[in-house]
Amino acid sequence: MSTLAAAELRARRLLSGGWRRHGRPPLVTVLGAALAAALVLLPLVFLVIQAQQEGWAPVARLLVRHTTVVLLWNTVRLALVCAALCAVIGVAAAWCVERTQLPARRIWTVLLVLPLGVPDFVVSFGWISLEPGLKGYPAAVMIMTLSLYPLVYLPALAGLAGVDPALEEVARTLGLGPWRVFWKVTLRQMLPALLGGCLLVTLGLLAEYGAFEIVQYQTFTTAIFTEFKLGFDAAAACALSLVLVLLGVAALLGELRLVGRSRLGGLRSRTRRRAAPLALGRATAPVLLGLAALCGLALGVPIGSLVYWTVRGGSTTLPPASIFTDLLHTAELSCAAAALATALAIPVAAAAARHRNAFTLALERLAILPQALPGLVVALGLVSFSVRYLFAVYESAFELIVAYAILFLPLAVVGVRAAMVHASPRLEEVGRSLGRRPAAVWLRVTLPVIAPGIAAAFALVFISSATELTATLLLRPTGVDTLATQFWAYTSDFSYGAAAPYAGLMVLISAVPAYLLSSRLAALARTARA
Amino acid sequence: MPRSNPTPWIVATLALVLACALAACGGSGAGSQDSTAAVTGDVGSTPVATGKPSLAGQTITLYNGQHEQTTAMLVSAFERESGVKVEVRSDDEVALGDQIIQEGSHSPAAVFYTENTPVLEHLREQSLLAQVQPSTLAAIPSRYDSTQGVWVGVSGRISALVYNTAQVSAASLPSSILELAAPNWKGKLGIAPSETDFQPLITAITKLDGAAAAEKWLIGVKANSKTYPDNETVVAQVNNGESAVGLINHYYWYRLRDEVGKSGLHSALHYYAAGDPGDLLDVSGAAVLKSSSHQAAAQAFLAFLVSKQGQEVIAHSHSYEYPLRPGVSPNPALRPFDQLDPAPITPADLGDGAAPLELEQKLGLL
Repeated sequence: MSTLAAAELRARRLLSGGWRRHGRPPLVTVLGAALAAALVLLPLVFLVIQAQQEGWAPVARLLVRHTTVVLLWNTVRLALVCAALCAVIGVAAAWCVERTQLPARRIWTVLLVLPLGVPDFVVSFGWISLEPGLKGYPAAVMIMTLSLYPLVYLPALAGLAGVDPALEEVARTLGLGPWRVFWKVTLRQMLPALLGGCLLVTLGLLAEYGAFEIVQYQTFTTAIFTEFKLGFDAAAACALSLVLVLLGVAALLGELRLVGRSRLGGLRSRTRRRAAPLALGRATAPVLLGLAALCGLALGVPIGSLVYWTVRGGSTTLPPASIFTDLLHTAELSCAAAALATALAIPVAAAAARHRNAFTLALERLAILPQALPGLVVALGLVSFSVRYLFAVYESAFELIVAYAILFLPLAVVGVRAAMVHASPRLEEVGRSLGRRPAAVWLRVTLPVIAPGIAAAFALVFISSATELTATLLLRPTGVDTLATQFWAYTSDFSYGAAAPYAGLMVLISAVPAYLLSSRLAALARTARA
Repeated sequence: MPRSNPTPWIVATLALVLACALAACGGSGAGSQDSTAAVTGDVGSTPVATGKPSLAGQTITLYNGQHEQTTAMLVSAFERESGVKVEVRSDDEVALGDQIIQEGSHSPAAVFYTENTPVLEHLREQSLLAQVQPSTLAAIPSRYDSTQGVWVGVSGRISALVYNTAQVSAASLPSSILELAAPNWKGKLGIAPSETDFQPLITAITKLDGAAAAEKWLIGVKANSKTYPDNETVVAQVNNGESAVGLINHYYWYRLRDEVGKSGLHSALHYYAAGDPGDLLDVSGAAVLKSSSHQAAAQAFLAFLVSKQGQEVIAHSHSYEYPLRPGVSPNPALRPFDQLDPAPITPADLGDGAAPLELEQKLGLL
């Protein structure tokens, strides 16, 4: 009786004590975060070593020409415009799904995530088949927005579900109109998630190559690939990649400022219900039409071209039985990569959220940086490292999984981080004050709260790994094929008909996590809120 | 390991992480550990060591930048013939080249087989290639081999012009590639300036007509053309009428023809006049890595590539390349090899392709 009273007293004191800095982070967090940092630093160190090897003369030759200004301008204007468009589309789509009485809501939730499961080479292939004249800046903006908006949509969906409807109701009773409620309350609450998504879009654009090559839009990364592909100059290419790293750092700092300004107050939601979905009424038709157009452009075009080639292609045959082995390889590698990346992301995000200081923030930023690096750079870095120091893992499944984990750690960190803002440290303290061990508190209190973020992280990494090509070709165990490598092998041979089933399966296995994610995400987020 | 797992997904993935880690530890390095018996080539005179006990049972790794299906056919024929097992690793040839350089003396690769020679020349400059057996080099006319004898030419393709038959009449097609820089081709030309097949054209014009002519040609072509990411796209876009004519190698058109079928074919192939800088033979080659501990087996594979048997595999494959060994005739659909009289440009002239690349970058084509 007295112990319980004492615990309650302690709990009250804690709850009234406001935001309290914790002491040192637990050892598990430190170790996990250190491992993540080491993995991310690996390709960066490789870049610097490579760049130094050949000196800066070839780099100067490439940087000091008027094309550089054009390339930088091309890169920056694309990144800004695409991020803005993705933000608008992602939030609008998430709002329709989560906050309205949308017919066939479950199906839309899945369809809207799926463009992520269509690799860029399939997307651009589809567009070029449909509209051969497509090129330049508008084409690049359109194609990239259509394939990247899910990176905003997913966190926005989770963020939106995490917003306490009570806050909005209070705002309405205070006389705010629906738009101002959205602007001042809803958007503010989901801003960290939204900005995280925009950051991923921006950084992803820095590293994009395949799609731009097809629509003839030159960015800094296309210049880097020219050096790799035609100049046989890995050193110069790596030195140029350091410019990408700088651009990436600029984007990360920019987002940090915006997030910093929008830090959520201490107010925590306590309600377990979904906000009453808005009846669409006469808006139903236009909203459905809009969503259908979005999915049609983002999914219909690439899938349509696959169907076309399956029907028309001269190389169309029943896919060989090995397609199931390839499918299994893809699923296994992607699952393992998703598990590893998510496991690494949790300590990184936890350290930044719970022990916020310059060091943990820098660590979190660092973990997001690989998003701005082309897969080839990360893969060559791993080749260089493992050949010298860890030959036992060279060209092994393990190395490939680690490569995926490094490449897609940013997706996982942003996913977990968005959920972490809803996990109040005070709840944990209460748990501990009631005599639970920290590990038990974490499992019982924190884990359920961040579960939607973990699920989102896992799904994002899984889908991205399942469609990855460059690093896969470089690091896969000799003789192992994935769906992406087989698609590549057939299309580079003009056998579009034979290639189509592989791309189709890629989209299908991406649909599994997309479905699990979207059917659980909102519910989880609401549970977490309570 | 196909097994269904009824347990919750998180357990399954953790198990997978473990399984993959274990598989990685157990499986890595397979293929490089067996047989240290065969050291540097004393196979000597026999071009293909048929069933030679010293080779059978060995495993070598082939880094393959060539047409994957043809390579698979060559590999299985060689495996039957020699008893050597070949593990194939396919990727873009330049990515493989970069990888070999990173691997250095640890490279698992015994043989590197590529679509173009500049990447082989680049590895030669880094002293990574071993001397090819003289008998292997002798099987192919020496102008298609490495000057230093560190790689051998295996197959060839001829540069040509694809044209849309509805938009252009055969009579109006140029006999020289230089004419395509003239203003009357404005908006009609499709090119893939980032493809490894494009720089040899610049080199050929530089060699035959001088650097000034090459730059002038490139400026004209840039003004006239739409640029596409690769040759596959060029030929497809000419076929569907987006461009009237396109610079490609002959086999892209044949491969497209197979895929779209007769009803979908709206294009044809045009060859430049004999000896024109556009009438260029591009060579695909193969080399043995100095670092490999399987020199004899690797040399045997190269010998097989240029043997009558190996060359016939190439001639009959879906890749439509010209076998380079005299006496082996190509696919009958192609123009006979002895009727070709390409420009006198050798792989040695092409070098590692750095100069034309710089010109392209200077003119903003890349």
